[in-house]
Amino acid sequence: MLETADAHIQFRGVTKIYDGRKTVVQGLDLDVRRGELLTLLGPSGSGKTTCLMMLAGFEMPTSGEILIDGQSVRDLPPRKRGIGVVFQDYALFPHMSVSRNLAFPLRVRGLQAAQRADRVRRALRIVRLEGFENRPPNELSGGQRQRVAIARALVFEPSLVLMDEPLGALDRRLREEMQFEIRRIQQSLGVTVLYVTHDQQEAMAISDRVAVFNRGKIEQIAEPETLYEEPERAFVAKFIGDNNLLPGRILSAEGDICQVETSGGAVSAFLVDPNQSSGATVLAIRPERIALAPEPGTYRNEFDADVEEVAFLGDHLRLRLTVCGSSDFCVKIPNIVGHGALLRGDRVRVGWSVADCRALPDEGLLDRYTPG
Amino acid sequence: MLSSPRARAGALTLPLIAFLGVTFVAPLGTMLWRSVHEPVVADALPQTLALLEAWDGQAALPEALYQTAAGEFRQLQASRALGGVATRVNRVQGGSRSIIMRTARELHGAAPASWREAMIAAHPAWGEAAIWGAIRQAGQRYTIRHYLNALDLEQDIQGRIVAQPQDQRIYLKLLGNTLAASAAITLICLALGYPLAYLIANTKPRWSNLLLLAVLLPFWSSLLVRSMSWIIMLQKKGVVNDLLVALGLVTEDGRLIMVYNMIGTMVTMTQLLLPFLILPLYAVMRGIPPLHLRAAASLGANPRQAFLHVYWPQTLPGVAAGSLLVFILAIGYYIAPALVGGRTGQFISNLIAYHMQYSLNWGLAAALNFVLLVCVTVILVAYNRLIGIERLRFG
Ligand SMILES: Nc1ncnc2c1ncn2[C@@H]1O[C@H](COP(=O)(O)OP(=O)(O)OP(=O)(O)O)[C@@H](O)[C@H]1O
Ligand SMILES: [Mg+2]
Repeated sequence: MLETADAHIQFRGVTKIYDGRKTVVQGLDLDVRRGELLTLLGPSGSGKTTCLMMLAGFEMPTSGEILIDGQSVRDLPPRKRGIGVVFQDYALFPHMSVSRNLAFPLRVRGLQAAQRADRVRRALRIVRLEGFENRPPNELSGGQRQRVAIARALVFEPSLVLMDEPLGALDRRLREEMQFEIRRIQQSLGVTVLYVTHDQQEAMAISDRVAVFNRGKIEQIAEPETLYEEPERAFVAKFIGDNNLLPGRILSAEGDICQVETSGGAVSAFLVDPNQSSGATVLAIRPERIALAPEPGTYRNEFDADVEEVAFLGDHLRLRLTVCGSSDFCVKIPNIVGHGALLRGDRVRVGWSVADCRALPDEGLLDRYTPG
Repeated sequence: MLSSPRARAGALTLPLIAFLGVTFVAPLGTMLWRSVHEPVVADALPQTLALLEAWDGQAALPEALYQTAAGEFRQLQASRALGGVATRVNRVQGGSRSIIMRTARELHGAAPASWREAMIAAHPAWGEAAIWGAIRQAGQRYTIRHYLNALDLEQDIQGRIVAQPQDQRIYLKLLGNTLAASAAITLICLALGYPLAYLIANTKPRWSNLLLLAVLLPFWSSLLVRSMSWIIMLQKKGVVNDLLVALGLVTEDGRLIMVYNMIGTMVTMTQLLLPFLILPLYAVMRGIPPLHLRAAASLGANPRQAFLHVYWPQTLPGVAAGSLLVFILAIGYYIAPALVGGRTGQFISNLIAYHMQYSLNWGLAAALNFVLLVCVTVILVAYNRLIGIERLRFG
């Protein structure tokens, strides 16, 4: 929990149940710091949009409380919350030109024409759309519409902006360009942004912190790097980046190192939850942290593996191996001279360190390991 | 010839063009022709008309004219064609028919020394200019008479265009009534239909289907039945009056007269035409994402502002299309006013029908029809200027 003074937005035990039976958000606690870009990342249907809609005021929490600047917003209608919202399909008004779209929030606030024009011009400069004032939205490209939607959510100078998969409809190149753009704008204005996406790369690229959502709950909330390097939940390890997940059983634990039995032999691993010294676990090993043919004795974990498949992917090679009882064990080798000619059916030795092998609580994500 | 794709595609439209030609252009052309072409009198009294041609409308008429006219009348009476001629003269000036028929009867078999005196003896009107002027006018083979008539004008004996006598000016007033009532019906339909269309477009599918069905249901029953049922509803001892009395809103003696007048016509037509407004409007509203209202609210608009600036402008193509449809249908409406309109609730179409079926003055019917057509065209053009036909969305 943050100090209240530091938190811009607080969800306190927020639950949302649709139609009396469909629980979409469960007891959510979340603090968003002032001026940060926090991303809600999660698979489809995990309740991300619902959270945004509750914050914007379009849905009511079934129970729990949402605070903005420490004040409950339960009785505040959407128009009085002063939150900029960028909707997934932009929701630009088709009968208004770009500048009239932008002027709309200013007009309903009763600003004078001169002031409106000034602010609209500034907002267009921020999103780099000068010269498009009089175009109707349907004569803009996808990326330009996106910029207009962002500008419209910013033009009335809210301190909080919500973005629901704003780049969902754009192609890959444009997405990457817009990610930088959104980050740049957010940082230059210092606004708090709550951002929703189900694209984990996008989340990593733009966020100060990422909250990984699953079935209406936050699995883990951390900086992108921490999330990648130190997942605390099997779901996070699986969802963020590529990971090899092996089911196993903890035999013994000593400090934060444990011995785990898998169907291919015993593995030494980093114990994520120090309170768990036995029982079912899931091992997570990143494909790029696995060494091929290491000097014998370099790693505590060294195994023989059979090469099932070799794929050349330009900047790296991807191997599929059978090792430790898994026939879907992935290894990535950077494409540097002398990686050797590996072929399907070869037998290689692989190794990884204890630190790169995390023993995570089993959440029923994989078939449980049963000693054979 | 049909080698290029465009020519082939064009050929596919030939049946449609032929269909339109037969069902639309041809009747319209015939109608126009009838409204200006009036050959009966011209064919029947060629010599009389030739003699009348030089007449200035004031000078005394020569004996030769009387003799020729009497001769032609008797000839026509013998071939039983005089009635039709007399009827047409009568349309130019009331009372002429009986004068002509009586005179022809009296002159039957006579051989007087002075035809002039004999005719004046048969009817003194022959001594005055009016009837001769009427014959001359009725004898114009190509005439704008029907149009003048349709606009409550006439030509006096000197050929000047003047207003009809006060008591005979009916068409312009009726046209005005028709346009005003149609506009009122359109507005009422809009007021009733807009919220309903909004509801249909924005409720859960189950409800919207049901409501849509309710809107379409009347289409499956006969227009006649629906019009007649309004008589039962609106008459003096009808359901609506009973209800008003029961609620104490009107007294037993003060029961409202709501049928066989303009109120009856407007109520009935509103009900008959409402679907034509709701359907295009619904189609347009369906295309407006509900998200827009949320977006407006998130941008700080209150419900009134959101409706006024975001929703309403986007429904305009549907509003325009629906009200145009209703208005144009209403102007030409015939059956409802005929059934429930009584004397005061008639539309111009009812008079057109009257002239088609009873007075058999097809020329005038055609002219009235054409005036109506011009009105509709003018409205369409004005609409196009105002809104732009290409922006209308009928569904
Ligand atoms: N108004 C509603 N009534 C009933 N159920 C709803 C409603 N809105 C959302 N849901 C359900 O709530 C669940 C979560 O929806 P939500 O839109 O929050 O997911 P999401 O994480 O945004 O997913 P996505 O990535 O696909 O947008 C879904 O199963 C959805 O069907
Ligand atoms: Mg969503």
